[in-house]
Amino acid sequence: YKLKSVQIILNHMFATSFPQAQMSSIVCFPQAKYISQCIDEIKQELKQDNIAVKANAVCKLTYLQMLGYDISWAAFNIIEVMSASKFTFKRIGYLAASQCFHEGTDVIMLTTNQIRKDLSSPNQYDTGVALTGLDLANDIMTLMSHTKPYIRKKAVLIMYKVFLKYPESLRPAFPRLKEKLEDPDPGVQSAAVNVICELARRNPKNYLSLAPLFFKLMTSSTNNWVLIKIIKLFGALTPLEPRLGKKLIEPLTNLIHSTSAMSLLYECVNTVITCNKLCGFFQLCVQKLRILIEDSDQNLKYLGLLAMSKILKTHPKSVQSHKDLILQCLDDKDESIRLRALDLLYGMVSKKNLMEIVKKLMIHVDKAEGTTYRDELLTKIIDICSQSNYQYITNFEWYISILVELTRLEGTRHGHLIAAQMLDVAIRVKAIRRFAVSQMAMLLDNAHLIASNTQRNGICEVLYAAAWICGEFSEHLEEANQTLEAMLRPKVTTLPGHIQAVYVQNMVKLYASILQQKEQAGEKEAAQEITQLMIERLPQFVQSADLEVQERASCILQLIKYIQKLQIKEVPVAEEVIALFAGELNPVAPKAQKKVPVPEGLDLDAWINEPPSDSESEDEKPKTIFHEEEQRHSRHRQPEIDEEELARRREARKQEQANNPFYIKSSPSPQKRYQDTPGVEHIPVVQIDLSVPLKVPGMPMSDQYVKLEEERRHKQKLEKDKKKKKQKKEKRGKHHRHNSLHTESEEDIAPAHHVDIITEEMPENALPSDEDDKDPNDPYKALDIDLDKPLADSEKLPVQRHRNVETLKSPDSEAPLVEKKSKKPKKKEKKHKDKERDKGKKKEKKVKSSKHKKKKHKKEKEEKSKDKKKSKKKSHHSEEEPPESVQNGTLEDEPLPVSSCAQTYDIQGNLQNDSQVTVSVIFENKSTSFLKSMELNVLDSLNTKMLRPEGSSVHDGIPVPFQLPPGISNEAQFVFTLQSIVMAQKLKGTLSFIVKNDEGSTHEKLDFKLHFSCASYLITTPCYSDAFAKLLESGDLHMSSIKVDGISISFQHLLAKICFHHHFSVVERVDSCASMYSRSIQGHHVCLLVKKGENSVSIDGKCNDSTLLSNLLDEMKETLSKC
Amino acid sequence: MIKAILIFNNHGKPRLSKFYQRYSEDTQQQIIRETFHLVSKRDENVCNFLEGGLLIGGSDNKLIYRHYATLYFVFCVDSSESELGILDLIQVFVETLDKCFENVCELDLIFHVDKVHNILAEMVMGGMVLETNMNEIVTQIDAQNKLEKSEAGLAGAPARAVSAVKNMNLPEIPRNINIGDISIKVPNLPTFK
Repeated sequence: YKLKSVQIILNHMFATSFPQAQMSSIVCFPQAKYISQCIDEIKQELKQDNIAVKANAVCKLTYLQMLGYDISWAAFNIIEVMSASKFTFKRIGYLAASQCFHEGTDVIMLTTNQIRKDLSSPNQYDTGVALTGLDLANDIMTLMSHTKPYIRKKAVLIMYKVFLKYPESLRPAFPRLKEKLEDPDPGVQSAAVNVICELARRNPKNYLSLAPLFFKLMTSSTNNWVLIKIIKLFGALTPLEPRLGKKLIEPLTNLIHSTSAMSLLYECVNTVITCNKLCGFFQLCVQKLRILIEDSDQNLKYLGLLAMSKILKTHPKSVQSHKDLILQCLDDKDESIRLRALDLLYGMVSKKNLMEIVKKLMIHVDKAEGTTYRDELLTKIIDICSQSNYQYITNFEWYISILVELTRLEGTRHGHLIAAQMLDVAIRVKAIRRFAVSQMAMLLDNAHLIASNTQRNGICEVLYAAAWICGEFSEHLEEANQTLEAMLRPKVTTLPGHIQAVYVQNMVKLYASILQQKEQAGEKEAAQEITQLMIERLPQFVQSADLEVQERASCILQLIKYIQKLQIKEVPVAEEVIALFAGELNPVAPKAQKKVPVPEGLDLDAWINEPPSDSESEDEKPKTIFHEEEQRHSRHRQPEIDEEELARRREARKQEQANNPFYIKSSPSPQKRYQDTPGVEHIPVVQIDLSVPLKVPGMPMSDQYVKLEEERRHKQKLEKDKKKKKQKKEKRGKHHRHNSLHTESEEDIAPAHHVDIITEEMPENALPSDEDDKDPNDPYKALDIDLDKPLADSEKLPVQRHRNVETLKSPDSEAPLVEKKSKKPKKKEKKHKDKERDKGKKKEKKVKSSKHKKKKHKKEKEEKSKDKKKSKKKSHHSEEEPPESVQNGTLEDEPLPVSSCAQTYDIQGNLQNDSQVTVSVIFENKSTSFLKSMELNVLDSLNTKMLRPEGSSVHDGIPVPFQLPPGISNEAQFVFTLQSIVMAQKLKGTLSFIVKNDEGSTHEKLDFKLHFSCASYLITTPCYSDAFAKLLESGDLHMSSIKVDGISISFQHLLAKICFHHHFSVVERVDSCASMYSRSIQGHHVCLLVKKGENSVSIDGKCNDSTLLSNLLDEMKETLSKC
Repeated sequence: MIKAILIFNNHGKPRLSKFYQRYSEDTQQQIIRETFHLVSKRDENVCNFLEGGLLIGGSDNKLIYRHYATLYFVFCVDSSESELGILDLIQVFVETLDKCFENVCELDLIFHVDKVHNILAEMVMGGMVLETNMNEIVTQIDAQNKLEKSEAGLAGAPARAVSAVKNMNLPEIPRNINIGDISIKVPNLPTFK
């Protein structure tokens, strides 16, 4: 049976490999039928108990998945196969899972569990195959230190996916990842390099500190893949740290000269050109690139051009010198190469060569075969010309004629692009309007050529622009009548609706200006004629199927009928009509609205009126009718017959123009643009006398403008030369040469027209901000994490603490509380002081060439003395008092002639070793004598040891580095090492010192005890209730509880006591019940549920460590029993 | 990052598809079709890089492909990968296949899709390159094969299946099997060793 099913699937595979089957595959009935048969078979097989049969079926499903069949219905069976005991089957299951499972798959929990199980398998390939599966397991961290390199490298690689998914895991895992860079196995090393390079590519600045390590790898590694990755990484790092560039010269040169691998060589060159500091070397690389481009190997040619485009950003000059070569590449048969060359052209243009380059491109447009490439050329021409606010265009007549020439392209998708350019230029470049209007009128006149096939032809979009320009700037129109007639042709009704709508609207504008013209000339008949023409032709638009066209046309028809009535009465109407369209329409920067600060006290989200009950809000206008934003301006302009209404409308229109300016399609960064060109309006604009009649449409005319422009430039040059000659007659000879050399340079070519950037384009009080340029959804942004900052408590991964505590870098430190108690009879005071303060500490770490600031990390400092009643009065030198451990910790002094009373200790986590603590003790001399030669010694326990200088024995004390005059206090620090924190600790100690007073010196001793209570290892950590709930659900915690009777204090007070003495924080409080949280310095979570009954309190605790918990609860019981 | 690895034949039939980003089955097929469309119309002697796959990725991405006899090997990668490096990697992949299947041809890929996946899994994992050393890859694959054999059971089945198919009387088969050998060694590019 098995054999048979295999046969079936193989048959099927054959069927699909037949070319004949291939041909008909789109509609092929038999095949679809065949596959559904196959799927039925597979379903049968999946029902079998035999795992081998199942696995085989799943294997077939995987194949079907490749062919595009959804196999998620078999998800459960796939998991069954994944859980097979045999590697052969397991692997099949995993393959299927990796091909078709995703986050939305409903069996994903089962999958995760299965992966977990397999990850802990003793068989290396089982584990390996599980790793290949999915990236959901957090346990991978552990596997990164697996004994087998095979597993290590897979674990390292998969970490990247984990980081992407859980960015918060990056910081805890990073030290380990870094370690792997120096793994003995080259495979693991390469995996780590891969991962870090991928991470660093997104946020290079966070990885600068790794530069020395990579530098070492680069000089030592022989693996080309690793080298390429590292070199690419350096390419990303050097712009951030220029000094790196110099360091890199030597190894890179070595590599360039020694490597035989082209890939490595290319990457070296690529990186060199990104470090712009390396001048001499840089030229060499550019030369190398030229050789690459000239190479016959197409791949190298492509890459050469690619690298050139990188240089272009930094050194446009050095690319421009290779213009010949790049233009030559435009003729290459390979489209990839042509596109690359096109990209380069974008950056190579200057005022001088723009016309020449565009001319070349236009020739290519004519020659191009495929529409895709031709469209690409078209967009490039427009990009090149319009870049940085038409910076390189010196003659806009030329540009307009180029645009007009482009309208001859049939079947292009980019009609709207051309249209947008026409509109933009006509609006921004005031001086060009007359010319633009004449050209547009010509376009309208020849609309039948452009719009021959409107359905598929995107180019008819230009008519949109043409109609609008002719209407809006109708005052420049010479043959207005003719244009109006062109717009009223019946053929127009075949155009797309949105274009017709613009036609109708602009007809009225045109009509209004003709009317005015005629009235002023006193030609009443002509005026009436034109009105009649309108009334005759408009009905064809009134009948339009397009609602927008229909509505506009009928409004306008009514208006014109009304005008006709007035005309018959011989009332002059032109002024009134033209006033309908008075006012300038100014461009507005695309982001202008966003930049207007919201006035104080204005809440944009608040309702002005009560929200309407149903959903009929104004937002739901049929937007689809308005094809483009540009149309919005005309929406409110429906004229009315009523005179009053007209006046009102007029007013409203003015108002609207003031408030709601016309929106122009975006062009590159308008904000910048207007900042760069201040006061352009004051620059006189050169007018060109148009001697050439522009009659023939669709003829290449741009050449004429090239000639004109050349003449103009020549004139300009001559003028300038004259000027300069005049100015500097004395040094004429020298300067003459200078001039002739440089007149052709950029600066000397003054543009014929200036782009008007009207200041209204941006609101006056615009806030300069570019924040909106960033994509908030960038998944890699989450990985922008400062990796050198030490880990905070909250960042540790909960899973880690079981497994790899030893490698966790942690600033946490032990927090034992030390108290010294004064036994001085005079001072029977009660002290209660507990202070916590954070102290910032800056560490600067210099790593070879890179400097990196270590983030401040918290140190905890606590001061504490305790409230204890001293019941006994004792004389000096009394016997030791039994230790009373009330709360966090005590350091009990023997009564003394000296009363050292205040105790301060400072917990300072040691970065290298988190089991070290520093205890600072403040000694205060309360006697009247002078104290010197103090020495502190502590009797070490197994768990807690005082750190002594090397070479000294456990019996040696540590000298206190100061002396104490009477009444003075000072602080000394002692380092302790600890292992476990689950138990409270008491250390006996002695302070020996010499008391010096008038009578002489005596040697004194003071015994004390250091009490490290469990609560003192806790650090008050805030915790959110959902995180708290998750923690409790996780089920890793041990549980224990206590009950204390006879509590009289208020619940509030009680909670405060627990917070204060035991370092907890309240997570949530409901009536007389509260949940509290704290964590130990070694990362144990401690959760409490405190409930107050009548006169009693019960506390349920949960903690990772049962010993710690029970000790903590005991301590708590003691505190509470005192209440 | 490698976004996807596709193998299809001269007619656009997928022979292996591995996506390192989640796409629905339909999108996957569209991507394969689009990629085939882009790649297949290119001449033999043009460069092996291609921009402008619309569905997968965007402007940052590139298609890097090699054409061997009847099969196209296409890697879709982003800018973090070295173009020539990936070309070399494809070469390593094909050579590894050649070693594992002994004179690999399109049929091998059809019969042993899972094996090809396994080999690929030793080279690329989660979109990142795991191993570039062919010997290392072959060692791992051999070890896994041994393990598979030791588990017996199904071990003989594939061989039997192949012989069964070969004995079937399908007149068209020879025409389609004789697709030439794809074991083409590209001499110019040094491989990672």
